[in-house]
Amino acid sequence: MYKAIITVRLKPSVLDPQGSAVKGSLHSLGYSAVQDVRVGKTMEVWLEATDSQEAEAQVDAMCRKLLANPVIEDYEFHLEKGA
Amino acid sequence: MRFAVPVFPGSNCDEDCAKAVREILDRPVDLVWHKDGNLDAYDAIILPGGFSYGDYLRTGALARFSPVMEAVAKAADKGKLVLGICNGFQVLLESGLLPGAMRVNDHLKFRCSIQTLRVENNQSPFTGLYQAGEEIQLPIAHGEGNYYCDQETLDKLEVQGQIIFRYSGQNPNGSVAGIAGIVNRRGNVLGLMPHPERAIYDWMGSSDGARMFQSMLRYWEGMHGAA
Amino acid sequence: MVQPEQQTTAVHVVERVTDQEPTPTQIRDGELFQEVGLNHEEYQQITKHLGRLPNWTELGIYSVMWSEHCSYKNSKPLLKRFPVEGPQVLQGPGEGAGAIDIGDGQAVVFKIESHNHPTAVEPFQGAATGVGGIIRDVFSMGARPVALLNSLRFGPLSNSRVRYLFEHAVAGIAHYGNVIGIPTVGGEVDFDDSYEGNPLVNAMCVGVLSHDELQKGVAKGVGNPVIYVGASTGRDGIHGATFASEELGEDAEEKRPSVQAGDPFMEKLLLEACIELVKKGILIGIQDMGAAGLTCSSAEMASKGETGMELDLDQVPQRETGMTPYEILLSESQERMLLVVEDGREAEVQEVLDKWELPSAVVGRVTNDNRYRIRHQGRWVADIPVQTLVDDAPVVYRTGKEPEAYRQNAGIRVDQPSVDIHPGEALNQVLASSNVASKRWVYEQYDHMVRTSTAVRPGSDAAVVVLDGLDKALAMCTDGNGRYVYLDPQEGGAAAVAEAARNVVCSGARPLGITDCLNFGSPEKPEVFWQLEGAVDGMSEACRQLETPVVGGNVSLYNESKGTIHPTPVVGMVGLVESRQHITTQAFKEEGDLIYLLGETFAELGGSELQLILDGKVSGRPPKIDLQREKKLHQVILTAIQKGWVRSAHDCSSGGLAVTLAESSFDHELGARVEIETALDATTYLFSETQSRAVLSIPQEYADAFQRLMEEEAVPCAKIGEVSGSCLTVEVNGQQVIDAPVKELKSIWEGAIPCAMNASSTN
Repeated sequence: MYKAIITVRLKPSVLDPQGSAVKGSLHSLGYSAVQDVRVGKTMEVWLEATDSQEAEAQVDAMCRKLLANPVIEDYEFHLEKGA
Repeated sequence: MRFAVPVFPGSNCDEDCAKAVREILDRPVDLVWHKDGNLDAYDAIILPGGFSYGDYLRTGALARFSPVMEAVAKAADKGKLVLGICNGFQVLLESGLLPGAMRVNDHLKFRCSIQTLRVENNQSPFTGLYQAGEEIQLPIAHGEGNYYCDQETLDKLEVQGQIIFRYSGQNPNGSVAGIAGIVNRRGNVLGLMPHPERAIYDWMGSSDGARMFQSMLRYWEGMHGAA
Repeated sequence: MVQPEQQTTAVHVVERVTDQEPTPTQIRDGELFQEVGLNHEEYQQITKHLGRLPNWTELGIYSVMWSEHCSYKNSKPLLKRFPVEGPQVLQGPGEGAGAIDIGDGQAVVFKIESHNHPTAVEPFQGAATGVGGIIRDVFSMGARPVALLNSLRFGPLSNSRVRYLFEHAVAGIAHYGNVIGIPTVGGEVDFDDSYEGNPLVNAMCVGVLSHDELQKGVAKGVGNPVIYVGASTGRDGIHGATFASEELGEDAEEKRPSVQAGDPFMEKLLLEACIELVKKGILIGIQDMGAAGLTCSSAEMASKGETGMELDLDQVPQRETGMTPYEILLSESQERMLLVVEDGREAEVQEVLDKWELPSAVVGRVTNDNRYRIRHQGRWVADIPVQTLVDDAPVVYRTGKEPEAYRQNAGIRVDQPSVDIHPGEALNQVLASSNVASKRWVYEQYDHMVRTSTAVRPGSDAAVVVLDGLDKALAMCTDGNGRYVYLDPQEGGAAAVAEAARNVVCSGARPLGITDCLNFGSPEKPEVFWQLEGAVDGMSEACRQLETPVVGGNVSLYNESKGTIHPTPVVGMVGLVESRQHITTQAFKEEGDLIYLLGETFAELGGSELQLILDGKVSGRPPKIDLQREKKLHQVILTAIQKGWVRSAHDCSSGGLAVTLAESSFDHELGARVEIETALDATTYLFSETQSRAVLSIPQEYADAFQRLMEEEAVPCAKIGEVSGSCLTVEVNGQQVIDAPVKELKSIWEGAIPCAMNASSTN
């Protein structure tokens, strides 16, 4: 069993209104050092695979097909081997 | 002319769309459950608004894998008219039948209000009964109507006359170039965030949406004779 | 069908389910019953009912069933004073929601409910699940929900925590209604210091059904299966009903696990599936699992059916492992329904539920021995006489005490402003007050048009929703004025009903009935109980006079954090518009139309918006209400509307005549020239909140007929001006006191709340 921890976020070229709002709030809380904020989402997917290569290929396909929208989003993930 | 309105779990404007077709066009219309993969019997398809699959993951992202979407793609390919309203537009974007993607409104809130739109192209099957450049009133109701595409795609949309509606005056969601609705290259698939079915009688606040349905019927009758 | 034999011998009930649970003797000796909100006397009663000591599971069941939220133990004696009957009433209080006949074999079903405490700790989910709960109450009656409304109270927006609560509560309400696809068509929002730590979120749902589709929450027919459908059960919201029946202490935020998370998508599926089952006529009983979850719904169904019930908790769909019976029974996980169907028709039900991909399970059977029995992992964990949970729940008879402030208020003059203020300046200040200001910032977040039936959108006196296939329409609104009720519970209670009715009438409808939500402080304080009693009496009298019975409602007590909230009964009113042609809004529509003020104006600034602005608090007595005069006013307005004479109608409420005129001019930015003769000073006249008044605009050609009708009916009626130009000008006794472009006034009125909300989120 593998656990894939996937992060999906808007591409750097796409304006992230949530990130901008969070940045504004952090500034008003006094965190003036904050330069930029991007809001994304994290997904955890558990899957069976014979080895990590196969798991990686599967997760990558999932991301391309469903979990991220390539028009506006980038994704990255890492795998953990579970029990 | 027969209409189909596919119903996904979480669709909530399906009845409204069917009602508009019945009352404005007096043509047969069926609600089709999303598991039905065959739309051959229909001449036009309206993908309704709502929150298909709760808008989980991304708006429209899960609905696009419903069996009925294969039939929608096939219908579009055959040149049948496909109209995606609000969540229907989002599904069309996710399924690649229209270019671009949808983001959260720039002000981060859901917005329900009647907006002024400019008809940018009245040569489409959906807008034949509007004047070019005419300003019309249609309601919007969405949290994610902030249309995005890259510059190259936008240039193409502009040059090829694929931008059908633009917000006039205030842009209610931050969409690129004020885009409210676009068609595919062939012109038979329209996606728009505003709701024409919510503006078919004056008592609703506007009746400007009625002509979108009438335009579709006129176009179809022009192609097939008044059957 | 063969009746199973009456089970006469009590089953063996385990002493405890796990080693972590206290034993019955430990509960008694350690007085652990107090931990779940039961007192000594109640514990004794339980022991007597069972004939033995209760175990922890049974104690939990009693504690929620006997909480104020489920049993109304503090308010029951008062609620009996409400008029609940009328020829039009199909279902009064006691079911998920009330139902009133609207002709053509159709009925309107509606109810309002509070979700105050959950909102105080987690505003988005707290408010959202409030909406979800009230929708289930309506469709569990068999009705198709057609509209949502709400009534909100928050502290002042100058406080950053309040802004946070307000913003997220509104977003939560919007989210639930928008996703499920029921338009949120109306409501009210008011801000006052008294709600700072304890906001109020009351949600109302209105549905429509054919008479033969009306369902009940009963368990009947021995051997019939009890079916659980909807979201699986988790540990969320345990003791929510008890939580709602306690004061919000400093540790309120630590009780956060008590707050449930809502899934409007699941509820949409549940709604469609239940409506499909209703249309098929398969159901014997259906009830929402709301407050106190599975326990309350199943016990109430058995009680109302005068039967018994056996539940097997192992069959309950669970999303967490290792849940105890106590947790399963008391969970307030959302989006769940309990059904009783005829034995043998399970497969038909299953087919519908499968189509909507809803989890479901047969979790029990109806029995005939009036016992409420629970099985878990092959053992009996509870065995309780059903009636003792519902009908025999304790009733607390309390006595009220007139508060000191009420006596002091008698001596305070309210017939003129405490500070000299020019009417023009007063108007600017009142329009900028968040109570009077436009609520567009709120209602634009609500989808108020889905279902394409909304004929009058938010922002007018009442919302109007047309009915498919009929010329009729329903008008609806929520109203309540905590400041009036604080100053005089009886007058304030009556005024809440009267204003709600007036709003509905101004929209062209005949008031049908009300649902109410009584938001008060702790009934254990005699002064609070006195407020509750007075308000109920005032409301009851108004309901009797205006022939609008109370068909359902909700009581929310213990609304206290740093102090007691203003006593805030909220009225949800529904009226019937006979023909769509009668639908009327508050907006002036044509230049040259004549403006009439109906009703008399007295010097009544007690509890008014102007007083609040000038003094920073309210004092004195609120406006008096004469219900006979009120009723007469409704009759003449309706007659004039039905005759087609009325172009606009707007009742006078917060902010008085000046605000009524301004609001009427905003929609189409059409001004008015108004001239008034009065013995009062201009500011008092224009901002007095005297009840039973309305402003109508009438086309000139109907003026004579209209005036004749008013004379015949002896309703005070003054022609005060005409719709004209783009400015609002008001002369009092020949002197111009207001002269402002409508655009300017409108921008003050529309800008106030967005401006307050854009203030830095960290003050």
